[in-house]
Amino acid sequence: MISWFTGFLPYEGAWFVATIIDILVIALPLMLAVAMIIYADRKIWAAMALRRGPNVVGPFGLLQSFADGLKVFLKETIVPSSANRGLFLIAPIITFTVALVAWAVIPFGARAVLADINVGLLYILAVSSLGVYGVVLAGWSSNSKYPFYSAIRAAAQMVSYEVSIGFVLVTVVLWAGSFNMQTIVLAQKGEILGLFNFNGLNPLLFPMSVVFLISSMAETARAPFDLTEAESELVAGYQTEYSSMSFALFWLGEYGNVLLMCALNATLFWGGWLPPIDWAPLYYVPGIIWLFAKILAFFFIFSWVKATVPRYRYDQLMRLGWKIFLPLSLLWVFLVSGWLMLTRYGA
Amino acid sequence: MIQTLAFYLFAILVVASGALTILSRNPVHSVLWLIMAFFNAAGLMVLVGAEFIAMLLVIVYVGAVAVLFLFVVMMLDIDFAELRSGFARYWPFGVALVLVLGSEMVIAGGAWEAGGLQLARRAAPTPAGMSNIQALGALIYSRYLYVFEGAGLVLLVAMIGAIVLTHRARGGVRGQKVARQNQRRPQDAIKLVDPAVGQGVSL
Repeated sequence: MISWFTGFLPYEGAWFVATIIDILVIALPLMLAVAMIIYADRKIWAAMALRRGPNVVGPFGLLQSFADGLKVFLKETIVPSSANRGLFLIAPIITFTVALVAWAVIPFGARAVLADINVGLLYILAVSSLGVYGVVLAGWSSNSKYPFYSAIRAAAQMVSYEVSIGFVLVTVVLWAGSFNMQTIVLAQKGEILGLFNFNGLNPLLFPMSVVFLISSMAETARAPFDLTEAESELVAGYQTEYSSMSFALFWLGEYGNVLLMCALNATLFWGGWLPPIDWAPLYYVPGIIWLFAKILAFFFIFSWVKATVPRYRYDQLMRLGWKIFLPLSLLWVFLVSGWLMLTRYGA
Repeated sequence: MIQTLAFYLFAILVVASGALTILSRNPVHSVLWLIMAFFNAAGLMVLVGAEFIAMLLVIVYVGAVAVLFLFVVMMLDIDFAELRSGFARYWPFGVALVLVLGSEMVIAGGAWEAGGLQLARRAAPTPAGMSNIQALGALIYSRYLYVFEGAGLVLLVAMIGAIVLTHRARGGVRGQKVARQNQRRPQDAIKLVDPAVGQGVSL
């Protein structure tokens, strides 16, 4: 696209315009996807609880999220009088922005990636570690007890699970030999006797894919790990004092993060935009459709778990993170690097 | 041109947020400005081509260290009057510190201008055809292996030391015995009885 713009702009101007357009091409469909995924989440949850779910606005209730968005948009933004006003308003913006920014390095196809940087995975780790600030600031600046409890829980939870996520990513990076997302996807081509295009069933990496799936639920504070907004204990957690668009931004950011984690699961372990089986006719389907199908499959798992698994206790959550996932993923870093020393990089 | 603009943007933001870190009255705001400074410093690192260091800066400092700072500061109940009461006593020390740091910066600038150390020759340390991370890994895990391992050991000792120092055995705490919880079955805990009319239940 840059070359097309250089026809009538200097190179830097062309780069600027092309990048802005690329960002919009990713961000706008993402917002639409978030709106539809909220609807899907409610529908799946309802179906598992033998209810109907949203079915009034539009055909099959498809427009429910947009109606909700419009309603929220028309409400008054209330800032508690003793809140720290600036931080109170910035916090949801941070959550929302961070959820969008990470998509810059996700590859959607053979050449469709906004920033093909060679530290892509580290970038994602860095950006996802920023997500905790939105929650912590919201909890602190609300100047209210429940949000503050929730913020402390959220910070401890996210920091704990980031550790095991980091080690899981190390195993993936070792296997692919690169931090670049595109290389990680391509390294999965022809895995397992040249049949499949994913390494999630590779016996060395399969346990890590499970650990990553569970950790990503904990990292996004989805049920069964949604202790930060456990409504029976903390009202609505850090969102308690929020209203109107600032609340909606939290909501969108949360689901944007869930989609991002689904995309990461798909990209790191299940072949990203590659078709699942290494068979020529499947390559005629565009990569973005495969990626989308995988994201939706993972989102279904997320919803399924949300609808069926009861909420963890906080000590169980911490035990799972520190006493089970951390040693397990550390052990697997040793196993994978040892195996690679024996087979690939030996002598 | 975009690089120049980005450089000045990041540089100004680093300096400004550094200044605001020490100027702002609320300690939570101070930590947030510090985070802003880290973040923009990472931007500067990206501009000079050290993207690995930049990402590490964000992951380690912004993602972990600053969260702990923020935690501690949020929990503190700080008395601002008391905080400022020592100012009269400490300001000569502060001025001395400023003088030392300022003269060091002048000396560093002078040395750079004189070119005695020929720093410019090291301007492109990454070998061609090798990414940042690979170059760093090749150095750390071969030439500087013992130094690297030594640093790791120091950190491990520091971590164990911190845990030992802060650990205290508290009596009367009922811990979770997870194995026992998992072994517990409904028939151990529940007894179904069908009491006749007018009779109680003995448990």
